[in-house]
Amino acid sequence: MSTNTLKATTDRGRAGDRIFSGISLTAGVLILAVLFSVAVFLLVQAAPTFTADPTEITGGNGFAAYILPIVIGTVIAAVIALVIATPIGIAVALFISHYAPRRLARAFGYVIDLLAAIPSVIYGAWGYIVLAPQLAKGYTWLAENLGWIPIFAGPASQTGKTMLTAGIVLAVMVIPIITSLSREIFLQTPNLHEEAALAMGATRWEMVRMAVLPFARPGIISATMLGLGRALGETMAVALVLSPGALVASLVKTGNQTIAAEIALNFPEAFGLRLNELIAAGLVLFVITLIVNMIARFIITRHKEFSGAN
Amino acid sequence: MAANQTLQRRQSQLTRGHLPSYAVWVVLAAAVILGAALSSLIGFSVVGWAVISAIVFVLAATLVTAVAEGERKAKDRLVTFLVYGAFLIALLPLVSVLWTVLERGVPGLSYNFLFTSMNGVTGAVDNQAVENGTPVLGGAYHAVLGTLQITLWATLISVPIGLLTAVYLVEYGAGKNLTKAITFFVDVMTGIPSIVAGLFAAALFALLFGPGTRTGFVAAVALSVLMIPVVVRSTEEMLKIVPNELREASYALGVRKWRTITNVVIPTAISGIASGVTLSIARVIGETAPILVTAGFASSINWNVFSGWMSTLPTFIYYQILTPTSPTAPDPSTQRAWAAALLLILMVMLLNLVARFVARMFAPKTSR
Amino acid sequence: MKALRFGRAAAVISVAALALTACGSDNATGEPAAEGPASSAAGTAVSGTLTGIGASSQNSAMEAWKAGFESANQGAMVQYSPDGSGAGRKAFLSGGAQFAGSDAYLKDEEMTQAMEVCGPDGAINIPAYISPIAIAFNLEGVTELNLDAPTIAQIFGKKITTWNDPAIAAQNEGVELPDTPITVVHRSDESGTTENFVDYLAAAAPEDWTYEVSGAWPAELQSENAKGTSGVVQTVTSTDGAITYADASAVGDLGKAKVKVGEEYTELSSDAAAKAVEVATPVEGRPETDMSLELERDTTESGAYPVVLVSYHVYCTSYDSQETVDLVKAFGSYVISEEGQAEAEASAGNAPLSASLSEKAKASIESIKVAS
Repeated sequence: MSTNTLKATTDRGRAGDRIFSGISLTAGVLILAVLFSVAVFLLVQAAPTFTADPTEITGGNGFAAYILPIVIGTVIAAVIALVIATPIGIAVALFISHYAPRRLARAFGYVIDLLAAIPSVIYGAWGYIVLAPQLAKGYTWLAENLGWIPIFAGPASQTGKTMLTAGIVLAVMVIPIITSLSREIFLQTPNLHEEAALAMGATRWEMVRMAVLPFARPGIISATMLGLGRALGETMAVALVLSPGALVASLVKTGNQTIAAEIALNFPEAFGLRLNELIAAGLVLFVITLIVNMIARFIITRHKEFSGAN
Repeated sequence: MAANQTLQRRQSQLTRGHLPSYAVWVVLAAAVILGAALSSLIGFSVVGWAVISAIVFVLAATLVTAVAEGERKAKDRLVTFLVYGAFLIALLPLVSVLWTVLERGVPGLSYNFLFTSMNGVTGAVDNQAVENGTPVLGGAYHAVLGTLQITLWATLISVPIGLLTAVYLVEYGAGKNLTKAITFFVDVMTGIPSIVAGLFAAALFALLFGPGTRTGFVAAVALSVLMIPVVVRSTEEMLKIVPNELREASYALGVRKWRTITNVVIPTAISGIASGVTLSIARVIGETAPILVTAGFASSINWNVFSGWMSTLPTFIYYQILTPTSPTAPDPSTQRAWAAALLLILMVMLLNLVARFVARMFAPKTSR
Repeated sequence: MKALRFGRAAAVISVAALALTACGSDNATGEPAAEGPASSAAGTAVSGTLTGIGASSQNSAMEAWKAGFESANQGAMVQYSPDGSGAGRKAFLSGGAQFAGSDAYLKDEEMTQAMEVCGPDGAINIPAYISPIAIAFNLEGVTELNLDAPTIAQIFGKKITTWNDPAIAAQNEGVELPDTPITVVHRSDESGTTENFVDYLAAAAPEDWTYEVSGAWPAELQSENAKGTSGVVQTVTSTDGAITYADASAVGDLGKAKVKVGEEYTELSSDAAAKAVEVATPVEGRPETDMSLELERDTTESGAYPVVLVSYHVYCTSYDSQETVDLVKAFGSYVISEEGQAEAEASAGNAPLSASLSEKAKASIESIKVAS
């Protein structure tokens, strides 16, 4: 009798296990299905662009000539944003998790989470109303004194609505994302590791470098990737801040454009082939993210010994 | 932490040279004076003064520490300065954004603004308000309602899917090819431009329910496409760092795997998960572009996500800024836009609080 | 302690927010509320929901039309999404909207496409919204300028680069022009305003403006730019020596150039804009009820201001049900009626349709019928 009872519970438990794993598997497959249909949607809608007569594409030289400058612009914007945001974001996360007094840290963490939520329209409006005019003076100075460096070549924009401003606004938008995720991960560093490091006579920085950062590295990369995703795909803020134009090397001159902003600016009036072009641009952005993620994944796998819970 | 600090202090007294605690302040004062002198050489400005002083201070303090306490201490101090510095630098623009929103948003937060829609508010009404100096009429009630409903539905769709997927990835699928595929494509999904997500949802519903289907629910689906990868990614990271010892301890007690997941793993990670979910909601609650093509644009109240058009706060802000209700007198529209921005931030703040509260209710007690 | 107080404040806000969702009102203007559909059946009152998608230029006027129409017909509702002209035409042609607002009339191939959703007679374009485009500048000490089309084309074509250029000075005797460099500001997004402005330059100054006419600013001439009418106006207002083109209602205190038409310089005004539209000729090869207009940008008609944007409402010639037909007719006639145009002018500051155009448009809208 007693063995039967035991068997019954076991069966029920196994069924629960099977159902639970089944449901979670379904959820994962569903995501793949959604992504697949998004990709199909993009391909179908973008297809006419690739078969169309090159002279009919905006610019008149085919799709590649049209898309290449804005691909480079997108990458520049994202690089500026990440170069600024990653170190600052991680440092702020460290500040909150390991440096700030505990009570303050909680308040700061709260504020940072909040900032991740400010809509991009607001960042955009702030960028062109408050930030750009401030930076315009700095750009003039840069162009006059450091103009021999190609990225600061003059004449500087009088309105300050340049690629560098857009990059800075993107960085401001990305910092809360990187900080918020990194902080959670820093806080999860096993206390034993930290205390062991301190007990060995390590300074606080040595403890962070030896115990916290290696533990958190995959998480930091994930956080950066999320930030990158936002920087690459951000539409409204860039559309409002940047005064777009042809590709130029100088970051303080008017010019350059990103894919997402190009779509946002031209979509409302787009019709026929132009619409297909813009969706094709979306597809290209999609592919860029794909490549960037492959690279990131490659980096994470190389550091695999640090990932996981052990 | 306090224990750690005493430990450090005692240890450093045992070793050679230790700087008195006032040394840092002396260096700071010297740096500020030197900074003032240097910046007046190249044309004085407050910004220049602050930047030069900061650089001089960090360099000098590190140098002094290096001489007096040794290289390791110096490095530690330098990093401490950099971390504090980064925090201050990050704070600057963020404070500026918040200040801009507060400064421009507070005057617009009236009873009218909170409790009425834009129904019947035309340019003529705004013109009159400006001419006669009467309060601005019309508000964002319909947009608040739209934001709440659409975000709620998007959350209802994405959180279960995202959470379960993350559970699959970490607990069931470790090492499988499917897991690798899902993780990879979820990352790719974060790169879908928001407008594309909107177009996709619009096309999907046009296919299923005929052209021009625009409802709050379509918008919720579009937002879910953007939200799911963020939920999966953050939840996955949080589940991964749950120590395996906990799982093994649970198994050793004879607890089933799924019970272990729901009762041990998820509660341990709940704070991080809640934070991730909040982040994902925050990511989509401010989206403009996908809403425009999926939910239309309404100026009156709509309680039904499955029928009729809807406005959200971001689309409300967007249109109030870009196409003011009265082009000849855009001030009332600008005022409404900033007030709506402030309202949106307040809503997210509230959401954050709720998430934290939920997380604390479920989380096991930890040392931090 | 601080965190705790912060939390308490947030809790108060949360309660307020909960209260907020409980009671709100659609009655924003404080007028006596009218509950329920068609409480005062005034004979011709129609009901139902009419959906339109289209140009954002019309948005302000549309808000006025919506309010006016809905208060006259209690059971009726009009929803309009200012996605943009292209998006509007696309939605209309795929059956996603019952009417479109567009800054340009349907092209011939679009008219053909329209037969699929509208039946054999296709669609009709009805001019509904006329807005003069101001050539607005911000130049210290200068409030008035006279410019002819070639000069405008050269300024925007970056051939004239300072304000004291002889070409400008010759037309503005007695005005002290500084040597400030000219900063051209244009729209960064595609727009009907750009298309109409460029169309004017290409027609009135063909020698100086050889670029393609489209909604996007010529790529060769990229300079400072901003998104939307409010964006360019904001940029020009904050930059000395800047010049742009923008819908006249939105330029505020900026200087507005007088444009040379025939032998004299015409000041921007509603009447002058309406006059330019009145002398326009119907587009050839269209059915009689269609009111697509070919504007004569190089008109010499005195008192006409040819830099003008005409925004259309695109309707089907036939709809499936009698109810929709009634609704469309009622709304369409209201928009072009004297009352509707006056409401729009009070809100949007645009130019009203002339009486004769309004008459013709009314006849066109009356021809809309139930699909057989």
